[in-house]
Amino acid sequence: MTVELAASHGRRPEVVVPENSPLTIRGLTVSYGHKPAVFSVDMTVMPGAMTAIIGPNGAGKSTLLKAALGIAKPLSGQVRVFGKPLDRQRARVAYVPQRASVDWDFPTRVIDVVVMGLYRQLGLLGRLRASHRARAMECLDRVGMTDFADRQIGQLSGGQQQRVFLARALAQDADLYLLDEPFAGVDAATEKAIIGVLKSLRAEGRTVVAVHHDLATVRDYFDNVFLINAAKVAEGPVDTTFTAENLQAAYGGRLATAQVDQLAQVLA
Amino acid sequence: MIRDALLLQLGYNATLVAIGATLLGVAAGVTGTFLFLRKRALVSDAISHATLPGVCLAFIVMVALGGDGRNLVGLLLGSALSAWVGLLCLTWIVRNTRLAEDAAIGAVLSVFFGLGIVLLTVIQTMSSGRQAGLESFLLGATAGMLWADAMVIATGGALTLLLILLLRRPMTMVAFDPEYAAARGLPVTWIDLAMMGLVMAVTVVGLKIVGLILIVALLIIPAVTARFWTERSDRVVLLSGLLGGLSCYVGAALSASAPNLPTGPIIVLVSFGFFAVSLFLAPSRGVLAAVLRHFRFQRRVHLRQGLLALAQGQPIYERLTNRLLRRAGLVRPDGVATDKGRARAAKALRDERRWQVIRADQAYEAAAALYDGLRDIETVLTSDQIAEVDRTIGGPRGVPA
Repeated sequence: MTVELAASHGRRPEVVVPENSPLTIRGLTVSYGHKPAVFSVDMTVMPGAMTAIIGPNGAGKSTLLKAALGIAKPLSGQVRVFGKPLDRQRARVAYVPQRASVDWDFPTRVIDVVVMGLYRQLGLLGRLRASHRARAMECLDRVGMTDFADRQIGQLSGGQQQRVFLARALAQDADLYLLDEPFAGVDAATEKAIIGVLKSLRAEGRTVVAVHHDLATVRDYFDNVFLINAAKVAEGPVDTTFTAENLQAAYGGRLATAQVDQLAQVLA
Repeated sequence: MIRDALLLQLGYNATLVAIGATLLGVAAGVTGTFLFLRKRALVSDAISHATLPGVCLAFIVMVALGGDGRNLVGLLLGSALSAWVGLLCLTWIVRNTRLAEDAAIGAVLSVFFGLGIVLLTVIQTMSSGRQAGLESFLLGATAGMLWADAMVIATGGALTLLLILLLRRPMTMVAFDPEYAAARGLPVTWIDLAMMGLVMAVTVVGLKIVGLILIVALLIIPAVTARFWTERSDRVVLLSGLLGGLSCYVGAALSASAPNLPTGPIIVLVSFGFFAVSLFLAPSRGVLAAVLRHFRFQRRVHLRQGLLALAQGQPIYERLTNRLLRRAGLVRPDGVATDKGRARAAKALRDERRWQVIRADQAYEAAAALYDGLRDIETVLTSDQIAEVDRTIGGPRGVPA
């Protein structure tokens, strides 16, 4: 693994885009100041599958996602979405940011947030029609939040806020869903609801990539893993790649003993 | 006199000022809301102070070219230009240095304003500068307002409103969740710049009436006032426009009703009046409502705890609890529950059990989220649902004989 990585440093990587990969990243480096958060990363996401991006805190998981979405500006490297540059494929990509990234006292209702997902259909001046509202309610229904449609977003619990963000992404009707820590700090009911929705997206042939922090659930929830610690550590199916050696390589000494014990049970 | 002023009976100039000010107020209120929602209200202060060097330079240039230095359109163009330069400086500092926005605002504001004051002094010494009256741009001066000036203000205000109508959706999205907006492919930097450009337009147009020092009040106060009354961003925008227009109209009328009342400052005080009223009296976010809510909540907690204690035959030590129970006729003065008290206590205990059931059941999530230990269960569930819950609980329990 490490040998392969070392070999790819420095030279300009060939852009070989697999025909149907929803997201291909080649030689991506993103840096805040002079410390690269993501360093020379290659990634090939498998279509119609669920991929977990895992790694220790500060390993560049969210940055990788943001660079893939064009929010964080890369120093070098290329991102291809369904084989084409991102700007021509925006409509096919949906993003679920971290809950903490917005001010929940913002004057808006749950339904208004979901309607933001319909921005492309509404345009600058389009009127919000009953069909738009119905579509938004449908998305709220998928995450079990129809009863909350008219509540102010500040009245929601953390898990409910997360589900509203997911509903907004669902409204986009995208083919590739990128989620940043969708299970962080949510209640069990929300976790169940979210994983149910993600699995149904996969069943519809859509692709899901999520930054994930809970190593204990990786096996149950995901098909593929992508281990990162600034540089890529490993990438592949959970069965062959989510191994103790790879985790050790990604986390180094930073994996708490409790986590190691927990993992030993899961991996046994 | 004030009645005459409000009904526009004080003559040509006063009427012109009142109408111009109202249009400005609407444009400022609407534009300021987006600034406020984006949490960048103070940027407007830097923009407004950065107009001064432009006003002075425009005057100097126009005089040097042999024209009338006091031409309003020329002065406003100059102010817009230097405000734009100030805004670019601010944006550059925030992007390319480690300075936070507040520090950058302080730096830009003071340097541009200082430069403006120096230029103002230079103009004072120029032969044609004595009657320039450029100081009036600091605090506004409406006494000599012309029909043409009013038209400039009206056109600027109308254009601003039109642009906002066009940009309201992307601006709201960027204000709420800039990262999501960027992920959707919205040009966040450009939308922010457009918003600042609109703020600049309002500032420039408002120089004549309220002046550059107080224009920030017109941008911010109506928006924060409107926020007290509604939880929806589109309504905050509308209400803020209304409040801005109303404040300016009333302020202009008041200042016309007596000699030597400065228009700009009076307008600001009127809009502060609306703010103060909202701060105290707004239904859910106001101070008074919060205090009342706290006391009402405290009483309901005591009453509920008292009823649960009665139901379970526990002694009650809290004086407030006892007083509330007695006043409601639920216990006798000697502390023994009345019939009504026993019935209510049994109901309270049963409701508590019902809440336990619905809070454990995901199907009732929306109702369960309203649980605060007090709410009557009938207000969140239908009688059918309650019957359903009761079936899982079984017969009455825990009611003292």
